[in-house]
Amino acid sequence: MQPPGYQSTAVRRVITALVLLLLVVGGLVVTDRVASAYIQRVVIGLGISIILVVSLNLSNGFTGVFSLGHVGFMAIGAYTAAILTLPVTLKRVNLPDLPTWLAGVQMPFLPATLIGGVLAMLIALVVGLSLMRLSGPYVAVATMGFLVIVQVILVNWDKMTRGARTFAGVPSHTTLWWVWGWAAVTVYAVWRLVRSAYGRQMMAIRDNEIAAQSLGISVMRSRLLAFCVSAFLTAVAGSLWAHFITSFSPKAFYFTQAFGIITMLVVGGMGSVSGSIVGAVLITVLSEVLRNAERGMDLGIVQIPAVYGASQILMAVIFVLVIIFRPKGLLGEREINFDRLFAGPRRRETADKKG
Amino acid sequence: MTPFQYLLQQAINAVSIGSLYALMAIGLAMVFGILRLINFAHGDLIMVGSYAALLALVLGAPFWAAALAGIAASTVTGLLMERVAYRPIRGAPDVAMLLTSFAVTVFLENLAIMLFRPTSRPFPTPPILSMNLEFGPLHISSLDLFAIAITGVLLVLLTLFVTRTEMGISMRAASQDLLAARLMGVNVNRVIAYAFAIGSMLAGVVGILWSARVGKVDPLMGFFPVLKAFVASVIGGLGSLPGAVLGGYILGTLEILLQGLLPPALTPFRDAFVFAALIILLLFRPNGILGAREREKI
Amino acid sequence: MLKLEDVHVYYGQVHALKGITMEVQDGELVTLLGANGAGKSTTLMALSGILRPRVGRITYDGHDLTKASANEIVHWGAIQCPEGRRIFGGLTVRENLRMGAVQRPDRQAVQADLDWVCALFPVLGQRLHQSGATLSGGEQQMLAVGRALMARPRLLMLDEPSLGLAPLIVQGIFDVIRQLHARGVTILLVEQNARQALQVADRGYLLETGRVVLSGPVAELRANPEVERFYLGGSVAP
Repeated sequence: MQPPGYQSTAVRRVITALVLLLLVVGGLVVTDRVASAYIQRVVIGLGISIILVVSLNLSNGFTGVFSLGHVGFMAIGAYTAAILTLPVTLKRVNLPDLPTWLAGVQMPFLPATLIGGVLAMLIALVVGLSLMRLSGPYVAVATMGFLVIVQVILVNWDKMTRGARTFAGVPSHTTLWWVWGWAAVTVYAVWRLVRSAYGRQMMAIRDNEIAAQSLGISVMRSRLLAFCVSAFLTAVAGSLWAHFITSFSPKAFYFTQAFGIITMLVVGGMGSVSGSIVGAVLITVLSEVLRNAERGMDLGIVQIPAVYGASQILMAVIFVLVIIFRPKGLLGEREINFDRLFAGPRRRETADKKG
Repeated sequence: MTPFQYLLQQAINAVSIGSLYALMAIGLAMVFGILRLINFAHGDLIMVGSYAALLALVLGAPFWAAALAGIAASTVTGLLMERVAYRPIRGAPDVAMLLTSFAVTVFLENLAIMLFRPTSRPFPTPPILSMNLEFGPLHISSLDLFAIAITGVLLVLLTLFVTRTEMGISMRAASQDLLAARLMGVNVNRVIAYAFAIGSMLAGVVGILWSARVGKVDPLMGFFPVLKAFVASVIGGLGSLPGAVLGGYILGTLEILLQGLLPPALTPFRDAFVFAALIILLLFRPNGILGAREREKI
Repeated sequence: MLKLEDVHVYYGQVHALKGITMEVQDGELVTLLGANGAGKSTTLMALSGILRPRVGRITYDGHDLTKASANEIVHWGAIQCPEGRRIFGGLTVRENLRMGAVQRPDRQAVQADLDWVCALFPVLGQRLHQSGATLSGGEQQMLAVGRALMARPRLLMLDEPSLGLAPLIVQGIFDVIRQLHARGVTILLVEQNARQALQVADRGYLLETGRVVLSGPVAELRANPEVERFYLGGSVAP
């Protein structure tokens, strides 16, 4: 027997989801039509960050296994897709030594992105299988090793990547809609995964690995799945980013770049999907404000001189403060509960009746 | 040069660079052993020491004084780091501590970029360290000899410290069982401070030697060395001091070996191979060579 | 004298100790009995300053232990010999014993105590330079007790010293406990092995899920049918 009010809760949930969707789509339409180029860039960047943070959360926050090398998957997605979408003429100029089967290829955006994602996923499978036996600090160091390996390959495999030189001329396929479309896919996919049986397994493992093993839950399989899906999504974000910024080099995919995403994760709360989104929004806004301040501001009375690097330092300080005072982040492991926002009075009614 | 002489030459290279890795790895191992903290920011202590020494040199100090200044600067920075960033989060999950050390790295590196500009500056190596000594067909740089000698002395002193002094034994006890050490009345704050102080001091020494070796300093100079130090530490088994030393020399040897054995097309990928080797090692020995065997399944 | 007043201790959200009130007079040997998870070790950890009570007070010898740091508590003479021995495996027997005296500045007195501990446990004297990890379970327990004794405890807290040991070894340990009791050392003995504990103690407390459910002189406890249940259920989980 379903408890009374169940129907209305389900209906309420669907309505809430639709409302949210409408709000976001509406916001995007407004941004697309009306907002300045700068705002549009920020919103695109925000969307990409959301994909990165949510997928990192899938890999770290839910399984408790911390991958410091995730930005390596972003690089794989970026370079793979960019090489595939680069116009043939540009390939001849910039990547003259490309193997012939690639030199003539020019793909549209979506297939290239998907291929990048799948490649990252396959690599994640191999890496994941190796790393799954490790725990604690050893995983962290091993994932760092992975990132270094990716970095070294990118910098030295001149034929494919132009080495340390800038990879330019990537067609700017990325639009607001592509990014937020993928962001929606990411959020939905991770949400479903977490709420599914697999997801419950992952939480169980994170909280108590030994107990989970005794229940016969395959620790490895659940973690591997999370790791691979996460890699796929991260690579997609990489492709989106590559086709947004249109020129980049291996330097963009190294540890300190990863720090911004990690800050968003920590601020929002590891283990909360909505927290990741909140974290991404907060930190993006904060970064933009700080970045503008970095250039120096003239407030009339006070003159703040240009201080480069200050925004990073401030982020680091914020990070440490959050870890000290609110180590679980803003949302910890809970999600934003819309039910509570809309359901207040009716809930209390039912409770009184029972009591 | 006969093959034997060539090997000897390379062996000296390996020991020299292995010494630097060993010293760095010891610093990491000391802190990890007691706090279970992977201190990412350890590399920046190398950077701090180098810049402080450079500053002293620019101000006219003789090299030995500048070196001491550098080591002092590293030590102070390390102690500050502990007090400000790590003590408040003691007892937090390992992930939080690791990420915080990441934040400290970002902080220090950007501070250095702000103060010193992101480009590298030349580091004036004193003549005594840039001599090329010839023993028959062998060429040995005085810097290498110096590095090996200093490391030897430091290792001896360190061993005496951890086996003969009360603080040293307390540190070993604390890294084996922190709770039991607390129950004995060990002053954990002091022990941790000592661990950071010694580790940072060693980082300072490495900073001077490293800068002298490459002839320049830059704000990000500590990053890659500390990664290598991690590798060394992990090879030997995280938290183990003898493991750190062993790991350092194994890493140095591995690097020189790969440098020599890899075909020229692949030499730029040397570091990738080193890390790949590390991952393979971890597959067989998840806790490093001297680390505990596979954790018992309860 | 040691006094706990309405002590509540939490592990995060878990309410582990729910208002413990007990006392140990100078020179007494009091035993804390109860099944696994009753809160016995938690009580000792609170006494040693590792866990902080959220509610309640702990006083010893005029000092307030409730908010004191672990090394202050050791300084005041309250020493714990923890559950599971927890000796330092990588340190030699000698180094382990020296760690027990880490707060004591007087070298000669420490050396004298080392000799005394080796006289109490001759096996330790034979293995002074062996590493702790190479000792057998029983030897490790002796080392743990010896290490605690090196601190010259005025209040000695023992957490399950008989756990996992052969009866003969247990006898040896309890003989030493008797000797210490005779010397006037105040002892708080946590044990699952109620039989042995009640043979050496003056008084006892029975803990169940974080509460004191029974207390009194040992004679009373032995006569109590509740305690009989624990006697018989001694090493088997109830």
